Amino acid sequence: MKGPVLALSRRLFGAVRDLAPIIVVIAFFQIVVLQQPFPNLGSVVVGLVCVVLGLTLFIQGLETGLFPLGEAIAHAFARKGSVTALLAFGFCLGFGTTIAEPALIAIAAEAADVASQAGAIVDSDASRTAYAFNLRIVVALAVGTAITLGVLRILKGWPIHVLIIAGYVLVTVMTAFAPDEIVGVAYDSGGVATSTITVPLVTALGVGLAASINGRNAMADGFGLIAFACLSPMIFVLGYGMVI
Amino acid sequence: MDFLLDFVGTAFGTAVDVLPIAVILVVFQVAVLRRRIPNLGRILSGFVAVLLGLTLFLIGLEQALFPIGETMARQLAAPEAAGAAATPSGETQVDWRDYLLVYAFAAAIGFATTIAEPPLIAVALKAEEASGGAIGSWGLRIAVAVGVAVGVSLGAFRIVTGTPLAWYIIAAYVVVIVLTFRSSRSIIPLAYDSGGVTTSTVTVPVVAALGLGLAANVPGRNPLIDGFGLIAFASVFPIMSVLGYSMATSWLNRSRQARRSSVPLPK
Repeated sequence: MKGPVLALSRRLFGAVRDLAPIIVVIAFFQIVVLQQPFPNLGSVVVGLVCVVLGLTLFIQGLETGLFPLGEAIAHAFARKGSVTALLAFGFCLGFGTTIAEPALIAIAAEAADVASQAGAIVDSDASRTAYAFNLRIVVALAVGTAITLGVLRILKGWPIHVLIIAGYVLVTVMTAFAPDEIVGVAYDSGGVATSTITVPLVTALGVGLAASINGRNAMADGFGLIAFACLSPMIFVLGYGMVI
Repeated sequence: MDFLLDFVGTAFGTAVDVLPIAVILVVFQVAVLRRRIPNLGRILSGFVAVLLGLTLFLIGLEQALFPIGETMARQLAAPEAAGAAATPSGETQVDWRDYLLVYAFAAAIGFATTIAEPPLIAVALKAEEASGGAIGSWGLRIAVAVGVAVGVSLGAFRIVTGTPLAWYIIAAYVVVIVLTFRSSRSIIPLAYDSGGVTTSTVTVPVVAALGLGLAANVPGRNPLIDGFGLIAFASVFPIMSVLGYSMATSWLNRSRQARRSSVPLPK
């Protein structure tokens, strides 16, 4: 009984330490620089308690749930030895986690408004909805492709920087040719694939894969999936803007 | 009562996030892998902990930190706070030195929100494990946070001066490419990943509010054109700082080893 309590209190302390900088910065600027009292201090304290408890539970869950799951799946695929199945899994994981992402839904709706104002599509509810939906599909396809390509890179041991730098060069070139109204949307869409639950799972998957394949190193080959998932939506959305 | 409604709403949103992942996992498990996952009960309880934790975390941020952080960002960006009042001639003159407090706030809040960013914590824990402790999880998080601090601060400077975003980002990528070719191969993927994980739950709302507040308050800036881009800064600079951090640690290790081997062995 003593062990878990000790572990939990250590985690709680860790969460407090993680949040201390934000609290210090906000308190300092509020009290010393702006010289204002805290508005409704009570609800701030309740909120802080929630944040600390939440972060503690999250990290606990990472270590007992998401990390072991990602590793177990990576090992199972490595043992099965079917590259096709693994790549299909990578694609589905990328596509599935992105299509329902709330941040993406918000960006897509906003992009549809911008596009209709710019005259790129017909200004009607139906065409806006269709545009936003297509955009979500495009970004989800992009992330699915990114994870597939990233997994393939881990299997083959390709150097990551060549692919990433080539990708950014492509983004730069496409930016010059894409319609202006899509550029901001494209750049923003790079960040939506990295949700709080996807990142740990995908990272554990990559590191687990690299660790269970002979000749691959967990450190040098296991990371990088997130980098692909950030880059590819920009390319896909710019392409979408050029086609439409 | 409000709190309960909030909780249920946020929990539902988080659950919807997780649903596709769960479906894909189950389908592949049943149809392709056909192998029992070890410790399934423990993993499921971990999933529940992640869901609950994230829900509480988001509600707490919404209630405690975001309102103050966002108001603060707007107030600091306001001309009175920055001292950029109209000049006697009646013309508003923007002098970047009037906004020193804003750059300081941008750096401090960028650093602090990054330290608390849950995806970064996850990646840092994994990196410590995968590198066998050579990359410390705190070392990595501090390196990323310093990168975000510098990036957001420079981004605020860009909004105040109204210089084009593209120059900064292209210059930053050139530095990243140069550093990449001088770094050891094993750190590069992690460095590239750390650019993407910083721009998440905690950092984005506060930093975006700072950008929009600045663009709305600095004379001659348009929130629609100048307000964005801080996030782009916050995702490029960590790549640099992580590559730099790894160079520094490997240099330190080498010089420590050199010192140790130069000490004469006791007879």
